[in-house]
Amino acid sequence: MTTLTPFLPVKQNSLRMALVIARREIRDSFRDWRIILPIFLLTLAFPALMNFTARRAIAFADQYGAEIIATQLIPFLLLVVGFFPMSFSLIIALETFVGEKERNSLEPLLASPLTNTELYAGKMLAALAPPLTASYLGMSVYMFSLWINLAWRPEPELIIQVMLLTTVQGVIMVAAAVVVSSQATSVRAANLLASFIIVPMALLIQFEAGALFWGNHAGLWWLIVGLGLTAVVLIRMGLYVFNREELLGRDIDQIRLGWMFQVYWRRLSGQGWNGRFPRPLAWYRETLTIFPTLLQPIGMLLLAFGGAVLFGIWLAYQYTLPPDMQAELTGANMAANLEQYAFLLTALPIVIILQNVRVIALQALLGVFTFGVLAVLIFMLPWGVMAFLATQFYLAGQNPFQFLLAAFVPHALLEFPALLITTAAILRWQVVIIHPSPDHTLSENFLMRMADFTRIFLGVGLPLLITAAFVEAHITTHVLQMIYG
Amino acid sequence: MIETENLGKVFDTFTAVQNLTLNVPAGQLLALLGPNGAGKTTTVRMIGAILKPTTGYARVNGYDVVTQADGVRRSIGMLTEQPGLYTRMSGLEYLEFYGRLYGIPDKETRAKGKAMFERFYMAGAEDKRLGTYSKGMRQKVGLIRSMLHNPAVLLLDEPTSAMDPHSAKLVRDAILELRNDRRTVILCTHNLAEAELLADKIAIIKQGQIVAQGTFTELKQQLLGRPQLEVRVDKPLNGQVKELDHLVTVESVANDTIRYRTDNPDLTNPQLVRCLHKLGLGVISLQPVSQSLEQVYLRVIEEME
Ligand SMILES: Nc1ncnc2c1ncn2[C@@H]1O[C@H](COP(=O)(O)OP(=O)(O)O)[C@@H](O)[C@H]1O
Ligand SMILES: [Mg+2]
Repeated sequence: MTTLTPFLPVKQNSLRMALVIARREIRDSFRDWRIILPIFLLTLAFPALMNFTARRAIAFADQYGAEIIATQLIPFLLLVVGFFPMSFSLIIALETFVGEKERNSLEPLLASPLTNTELYAGKMLAALAPPLTASYLGMSVYMFSLWINLAWRPEPELIIQVMLLTTVQGVIMVAAAVVVSSQATSVRAANLLASFIIVPMALLIQFEAGALFWGNHAGLWWLIVGLGLTAVVLIRMGLYVFNREELLGRDIDQIRLGWMFQVYWRRLSGQGWNGRFPRPLAWYRETLTIFPTLLQPIGMLLLAFGGAVLFGIWLAYQYTLPPDMQAELTGANMAANLEQYAFLLTALPIVIILQNVRVIALQALLGVFTFGVLAVLIFMLPWGVMAFLATQFYLAGQNPFQFLLAAFVPHALLEFPALLITTAAILRWQVVIIHPSPDHTLSENFLMRMADFTRIFLGVGLPLLITAAFVEAHITTHVLQMIYG
Repeated sequence: MIETENLGKVFDTFTAVQNLTLNVPAGQLLALLGPNGAGKTTTVRMIGAILKPTTGYARVNGYDVVTQADGVRRSIGMLTEQPGLYTRMSGLEYLEFYGRLYGIPDKETRAKGKAMFERFYMAGAEDKRLGTYSKGMRQKVGLIRSMLHNPAVLLLDEPTSAMDPHSAKLVRDAILELRNDRRTVILCTHNLAEAELLADKIAIIKQGQIVAQGTFTELKQQLLGRPQLEVRVDKPLNGQVKELDHLVTVESVANDTIRYRTDNPDLTNPQLVRCLHKLGLGVISLQPVSQSLEQVYLRVIEEME
């Protein structure tokens, strides 16, 4: 239980076994018209429709001389053409992973000498191959007809990027479907859980659309790398949950929402099995015992903090403000500006608290889907900005420490530890999947650490942030006035 | 061939099987007999290296089910409680698929599959989709699947439970043949008659524990105890029975009959008759009371409620 199934070098024999599984599954999918008909339509009819759309858009834009927008639209539509057939991988995956459990055909397979990895790989392949083929085919049809009709030819980089994106998204959806399916014994329940995959995917597509629209190719490469890493993590997770013991060793009849809430609530409130709640002081003492487990994530975050500061400094050297703007960059100006906003100051603490809480919510939410990666990045952001500004002051001939002391230090003294501790709790919760503790199931681990994070946030993070906000609104502004005014 | 010691399985907090010690020598058929929920399926899943035991160990064909699970899986054929077939495949396609998992060439599988279909009176159905098969047919296909690679050990989880009497008989005949073939078999069943017919040894399992185990005759003795005898006399009895107490254990007395048990009927029965004669009672009949194991088994099982 403590170690994950390692990536074994695939023996010749293992590959054959995986292919035997995959072939059977694919043949089965092709006999299911509910799957095959839509894929077929999406592959051929959809590109034609998109092609028509692209041509109309270009003709329309030409009238107004906005050709650029139209030509940016074509790559975006390419992405859409590729994505739609690919989304079927999710449906097939749920069908092959949960459907098989539901119809009891999994157990005979588990009694055969197949290894967990062979079975997993075979099913993964079966869920990916048909939609991927359809997706490539659809994109080819779309590009070919655009080439015929408009003599438009995409850059090779674009084609490679879109194909990679489509592929890696397929892998992510299938790998995520496996993880989801481990929590459900019926296809219906799994379909409900699948919205945890669909929603982030839809957001991702919007993001990619934006990047494609603005022609941000470097950004897309980073995205591909990030998605690739996510896929690897999801596959490891899938291998962890897809094994004989997990598949048959539990009676999960529905998504156990009630049970899930109870595990979370008991851990959060400290309610004992006798139903009694601890007194506030005892609750605090319990919360403090979480701290030792946070040391490791805190260490990591301190490293990230150092990185963010260095990056901010580097960025300031790269993009030094032009001299006329540097001239504006004086403490006196800041103080003057501040006076204009004096009427806002009374409302400021609330605004600052809300802002910080929103940031933490964002970290918690986005971090869940990225195993903490985005939580760390969001944590780094303000400190990077701070370093960037301080360096700009320095480059403009001002004293950067004076600036830091005036604008940041008073409240950052509280805000920094608050954000550090809270983010550490978020991180500890979100990497649970990669590093679960052995004496509980994965879902219990996840819920308990989520509750631990909530405890830390309510008991430590929030009080510190509230204090920091008052300091920021009342003391920092005075310090600013004192130093620069 | 199959050996378990103190085998146990706890799911979260629920103990499904505990202290299960079995020994099935090569070529023997053991029936694991017990009601629903007794832990039969969990036991064969552990023996088949599908679930890991939480206590004790099990060895199959010399392989440990935890550390040498692959060896165990290669040694066994398993008929799961639910046949779990793929409804969109034909019978032969299905067998071919499983054949490949065990490295059997398609041609061989096909030949063997056809012969088996014939043997189970399903000739002609092998190319039809499994979705069109009846319940009994599906179970039979599952059985064929489990025997496809000629495993030394077979684990059959309630093979006849969903079948009509005719199919059940076919399957029982097939199991008898496996036994004559000197395969080692564990057969889970809740049907005593089936266990009696097929098994060399029977282990009765109840609430995850073995409550009795042995050959049919041994079980009978163990559960029924000494045979009960009934003697009928020609006059109504009144009080004379006390005179018999030093000879046998009297269990019940009716108007003109006495039921009793004895350790040594050869010695005591003639004495009893003589004694009755002395008391002025003529013996009309003396015979063992028939008591079926079925009744006893049901009683054992009911005790748990
Ligand atoms: N995966 C599981 N999780 C929790 N409990 C289980 C699981 N499998 C079986 N059980 C429980 O273990 C007991 C024994 O089940 P089983 O071995 O299927 O009995 P049988 O095959 O004799 O009917 C039952 O009470 C059942 O509910
Ligand atoms: Mg059972």
